[in-house]
Amino acid sequence: MVLLHSNPRRPQRLFRAAAIVTGTVLVSLLATACSAGSSTTSSGSYGFTEAKQVKNSAITVWVDATRLPAAQAFEKAYPSIKINVVTYDGAANGSNSFKTKMQLFDQAKKGWPDVVWSTQDNDSSWASQASGGTQPFAAVLNSGLVPSATLANFAKGALDPCTVNGKVYCLRNDLAQNVLWYNKTLMDQFGYKVPTTWEQYEALGAEVAKQHPGYIIGAAGDAWTPEIYMWASKCQANDVTGIRSVTVNTTSANCVRMAKLLDAGIANKSLTTDSVFSPSFLTAYTGKVLMMPGPAWYSGAIFDSKTSLNVPAGQIGAAPPLAWSGESAVTGDVGGGTWFISSHSANLAAAEKFATFVTTADAYQVKLAPGLPAYAPAAKKWVAQQVASKYFVDDLSAVTSSAAQIWSGWGSPSFSQEAIWAKTITPGLTAGQTIESLLPAWGTAIKNQAQVDGYTVK
Amino acid sequence: MDTRSSNLKSSALSVEQPVGAGTTRPVLRQALRRKNHLDANHGKMGYAFASLYTLLLVAFGIVPTLYAIFLAFTSSSGSFAGVANFVQIFQDYRFLPDVGHVAAFLAIWLVGLVIFVVLLALIVHGIRARWLSGTARFLFYIPGALAGASSVMLWLFVLDPAVSPVSFLLRAMGLQTLVQTISPQHLPIVFAVIAFWTGAGGWIVIMYGALNNISTEIMEAARIDGANAVQIAFSIQLPMMRKWIAYMGIMSLAAGTQLFVEPQLLSQASNAVVGNDYSLNQLAYLYAFQQNNFNGSAAISIVLLVAALALSAVFVARGGLFERD
Repeated sequence: MVLLHSNPRRPQRLFRAAAIVTGTVLVSLLATACSAGSSTTSSGSYGFTEAKQVKNSAITVWVDATRLPAAQAFEKAYPSIKINVVTYDGAANGSNSFKTKMQLFDQAKKGWPDVVWSTQDNDSSWASQASGGTQPFAAVLNSGLVPSATLANFAKGALDPCTVNGKVYCLRNDLAQNVLWYNKTLMDQFGYKVPTTWEQYEALGAEVAKQHPGYIIGAAGDAWTPEIYMWASKCQANDVTGIRSVTVNTTSANCVRMAKLLDAGIANKSLTTDSVFSPSFLTAYTGKVLMMPGPAWYSGAIFDSKTSLNVPAGQIGAAPPLAWSGESAVTGDVGGGTWFISSHSANLAAAEKFATFVTTADAYQVKLAPGLPAYAPAAKKWVAQQVASKYFVDDLSAVTSSAAQIWSGWGSPSFSQEAIWAKTITPGLTAGQTIESLLPAWGTAIKNQAQVDGYTVK
Repeated sequence: MDTRSSNLKSSALSVEQPVGAGTTRPVLRQALRRKNHLDANHGKMGYAFASLYTLLLVAFGIVPTLYAIFLAFTSSSGSFAGVANFVQIFQDYRFLPDVGHVAAFLAIWLVGLVIFVVLLALIVHGIRARWLSGTARFLFYIPGALAGASSVMLWLFVLDPAVSPVSFLLRAMGLQTLVQTISPQHLPIVFAVIAFWTGAGGWIVIMYGALNNISTEIMEAARIDGANAVQIAFSIQLPMMRKWIAYMGIMSLAAGTQLFVEPQLLSQASNAVVGNDYSLNQLAYLYAFQQNNFNGSAAISIVLLVAALALSAVFVARGGLFERD
């Protein structure tokens, strides 16, 4: 048998060479990993350590598809300021992509965008905290970065989700408190009166189911359903009592009464379990929505939208939030969106200009924004514009006045209530279970998620 | 002539040279030197090819693994933490359900993949007409050529009865809405189907190559002996494909335990109805980047690695992957 061996010294030499190369590569990799790539910083006057400012450098802004017109409006208004626009999911439905991406940048210690949009309003809870040795992502806005006159003009309470320990970390985009949207034409046609209490609402649902099956008075299939219904019933599912403490009680009488109302409506099909943004919702219910409790931004996103219900002008009105008999009306809030400026930005001036523009400028907030601006002067003009366009049947006073009725017992923790509801309740609803029977499971899911996020749960 | 001459000591060759009349020493030496030279080149090329892979394996495989082991046994301040991280992840309320999810997905997917890929490869190999065989292989391969994320995007439309091109199939199964299609008990099957659609084509092509390796003489002999297609498949083709099936099993196992793209995209597309903590790899991602707990994340990765290695060992043993023919 012939054994084929080459000169033993040759492979040894090659081996040695390979080992040396590998070693060099490894050492250089470790060296780059170990050296903290910190940029030269200067302690600024804005309440946080600024990165080295590079005048006229381009800024990177992260928006979602719906906020793209805001970036485009800024480009038109300020052609000399270069912006790189990146679209992402806007952390919608509690996907957490904003938080996870920023923490990735924190690990790399570079690469943060300059301005970020988020559809959620609980991001200040983590963006205001240092993570892994890096300073908090969010720049402090009320220590001089944004003029105090601008900040003062935001609607009362609008900047509360952005405020942590007295410091403001983001600018609120729009107010998203819930009102009772209704279709006056259909209501008059069927001879119904707009309800003022939840009991009347439930009774109306039963009537509609009997007399006009196929028409709906609300939607319970979205991830923010608890923020419309449960919040309005003062259900203590999300009572944030401190920076890292929350009280969760989903089986109280307040929660059960709303769960029963929802179950009754789902059973008689006056409430749909489709998401309002799904194709099946549009196929089934275009022209068949009698009323829908929902946030202020439903105006431009659902009703006056060609890609959604596209209700003709002169039909939709806004009624004040419903109350339980004998109680005063409270309402919930679905998002409202926030804009963050990065504390690591190399061009804070441009970033501040962008963030201030998209939240206060008429060119976007009055002319293009689909919802009620959080900036009070713009809000007034937005309402006036809506009234002048005669799309709505009333003066939208319910929308502006309901801002003061948001119940304070539902907080903005760092985890997403929407994701928990979508994961726990929605599949159960599809399988035919009732919300009332799922309330304990919902509470457990909230407690579990709160605990892994570092909250003490009572 | 003494074959154990000093000339032969300098090389590691042990060649039995029939030294008889007509063989002169200089010719022998020259022949040996040429053979040495050729073999040296042979060996050099092999090491050259393998060295680049080894470099990358060390840099992106072994070093990160060692780093993960280091992280898994230390705390965030760098001090030794024993098994504290492992205890933490085992006690996490999402860990056991995720193990169940990945296990269910793997069971369905691996079994389906092995059976259907081998079956389809056998069929394609058995097709007489070359144009048909070539076209079939091309069609099978195309889905796999799409990058993973874009395949999942395609499936997001296929799964929604309202917009799916096969909505009649979905409705026949009683599924009217997307939420019904992706209800929790359907998910392992849904992910297995998506993973099969993207992965099977490449493996069919590889198995086809493996089948081509089987000498036609053996097949002829079997046919002459009166064996039909099924008997040939079970008695000759399958046993000779053992190694490649084991290889496919190991690669698919490694990919399957790391299930991430499908549930992550489906979570966003379904508006969070499918949670973003469905699989173990997603849990590791959340630990690292939502809870800022890299040590826990590393612990999950090590658990996955150990599980995958253990299961791969089964494939190696049963499939005889490192046996020499």
